[in-house]
Amino acid sequence: MPGFHRGDYLLALPMMLLTLFALGVLLIDLLLDRSSKVINAWAAFAGLAFSAAAVHNIQRAFADQAARGEPSSPFFAFSGTLMVDRFAVFFFYLFLAAAAITILMSVRYLEVEDEHHGEYYALILFSVVGMMCMAAGNDLILLFIGLELMAVSTYILVGFLRRDRRSNEAALKYLLLGAFSSGIFAYGLSLLYGLAGSTNLQQISMALGNAMAPGKARVVPAVALVTTAAGLFFKIAAVPFHQWAPDAYEGAPTSITGFMSVAGKASAWALLLRIFLFALGPMRPLYVPILVFVAIATMTGGNLAALTQSNVKRLFAYSSIAHVGYIMLGLIAGTAFLPNPDGIRGILVYLLVYTFMNLGVFGVIASLRRRDIIGDELDDLNGLFFKAPTEAVLMLTFLLSLAGIPPLAGFYGKYFIFLALIESGHYALATLAVIYVAVSAYYYLRVANAMFMRTAGDRVPVTISPGMWAGLAITGAATVVIGIYPEPFLRMVNWSMHVAQNPTVAQLLR
Amino acid sequence: MTPVATPFFFYFLSAIALLSGLAVITQKNPVHSALALIMTLLSLAGLYLMLYAPFVAGVQIILYAGGIMVLFLFVIMLVSIEKSSREYQFNHQWHVAALATAVLGGLLIYVYVRGRGIFPNREAVLPETLNTQQVSLHLFNDYLLPFEIASLLLLVAIVGAVVMAKKRI
Repeated sequence: MPGFHRGDYLLALPMMLLTLFALGVLLIDLLLDRSSKVINAWAAFAGLAFSAAAVHNIQRAFADQAARGEPSSPFFAFSGTLMVDRFAVFFFYLFLAAAAITILMSVRYLEVEDEHHGEYYALILFSVVGMMCMAAGNDLILLFIGLELMAVSTYILVGFLRRDRRSNEAALKYLLLGAFSSGIFAYGLSLLYGLAGSTNLQQISMALGNAMAPGKARVVPAVALVTTAAGLFFKIAAVPFHQWAPDAYEGAPTSITGFMSVAGKASAWALLLRIFLFALGPMRPLYVPILVFVAIATMTGGNLAALTQSNVKRLFAYSSIAHVGYIMLGLIAGTAFLPNPDGIRGILVYLLVYTFMNLGVFGVIASLRRRDIIGDELDDLNGLFFKAPTEAVLMLTFLLSLAGIPPLAGFYGKYFIFLALIESGHYALATLAVIYVAVSAYYYLRVANAMFMRTAGDRVPVTISPGMWAGLAITGAATVVIGIYPEPFLRMVNWSMHVAQNPTVAQLLR
Repeated sequence: MTPVATPFFFYFLSAIALLSGLAVITQKNPVHSALALIMTLLSLAGLYLMLYAPFVAGVQIILYAGGIMVLFLFVIMLVSIEKSSREYQFNHQWHVAALATAVLGGLLIYVYVRGRGIFPNREAVLPETLNTQQVSLHLFNDYLLPFEIASLLLLVAIVGAVVMAKKRI
């Protein structure tokens, strides 16, 4: 009978601290009057900081491992349900950073919307706990429950503007479609369990290796693959499972739209990589064609639909769908013919830079929300340069970075993915992707055009709170610095890749 | 240990389940239907017990006959009983329903007739006294972390219900 030791709890400490602080926020919220709700934000921020310290502690354990000259191996906890490897540590940091920036950007926005409650911050922390389970789960049950924790928190956050019809509608649509997709996903997982007789990812991988041996019927593995993949594609909002994204992004509070589009997406990608590389690894020949089809559909659907949007939040919803298409190309390059870690490295770099640039964009849109102005139509950006020049220049930086213009961070995301594509011989896909990047420049520059070339339609000044300034400064600085001096960040990504050295993945990632 | 799973009890419990199932759909008063449904669920719990699955039987009683029935009764409380007791019980889609039932019944009979070869004759592996212990050992050892995270999930759902439903928070 296994007992639980110190190591088990140390590995779960980041999640435990976040839970503790989330519960604390729920409690102290009752003691605060309306004018001092900002203390909630500080408490949540402290929780993220403590959690980051706990993650750093785990990171140090990896350093000790390397110093002892041992080959790097993941740490297992709680009877093997939790597996913290460097890959998971990378995502832990990413989620914490995204949540911290979101909190910085939220305070003023919630005050303007008059919905400044402690539950908001608590739910953000809870969703980060769910994301951590998704990134570090080594067991289908933990992965699924983590996914649901993340998703349920996000449903509520999307509907957090309770008096706003659009927010309510978005939350309901997101809830129904999300529950539907979770059902399909759970069905796929149940088939995988049926095939393997275990919920452990390594055991599933072994069982699938046997099931995929030549000469065996592959119907059940194929159905399991298709249903699991459909559920995952839903969560990352890939075409043809993307319909929820524009509505949910448009109706949600703008700060939450940013959070969903980066942290939610990164966690869904972490889950997808865990399942596709670890559990479904032996089914590569079957799933690569599906990935190619979905990637092309996603790039096409996202980019073309974004061209005609007049609402900025919808525009960036479609833009983020298009980005999912590019990221999926990295997975194709990473798994197609030969084992090729460059593709997976490209995905991690992309998710890293995407976190900062997309959060920056939604920060700028959130700051346009004023007393009587919703500020999410393209026309609301008109003449922003003359009202708030610094902010307009920052927005331009984010836009150019999203379009992948060289001296900025977004360039490196696309660079590594396209490089891996060409290395693995997918010339046609790489060409298609580059064409779509050119198309995307049109709608990003349309936003820039509104900011710089048009005159403002209203005279209401744009005031930016200190928290928003801090958030914009962090995202802007990261976007520029990663672009100019990418070495430390690439080293970080390489460090995290080093260990997806699990026997089954080693062959994929070397 | 003499087996309790005698054919007599099987047919007895099955008959109660079927008869009260029929009563669920034929009773005009929804409260009577709900009570008949409890009888069905309880006799199913008895069948689970005969299959040496006391844990499933317990869950069946606690969750279905307990929790879910309370929900049903809440809903019945909200609708008008007088109105529904005057309504005609068959709507115009009953042909389709009858067809679906016939197909499903045919499938069941087919599986019953041909099924002896398909499904191996399994004996219960564990003595019935250890069944619940095994479940709890799995739950609190192997799956402790998912179990705890699931409790967070429930907390988030409650917080969400309060946020969405309460006028002033």
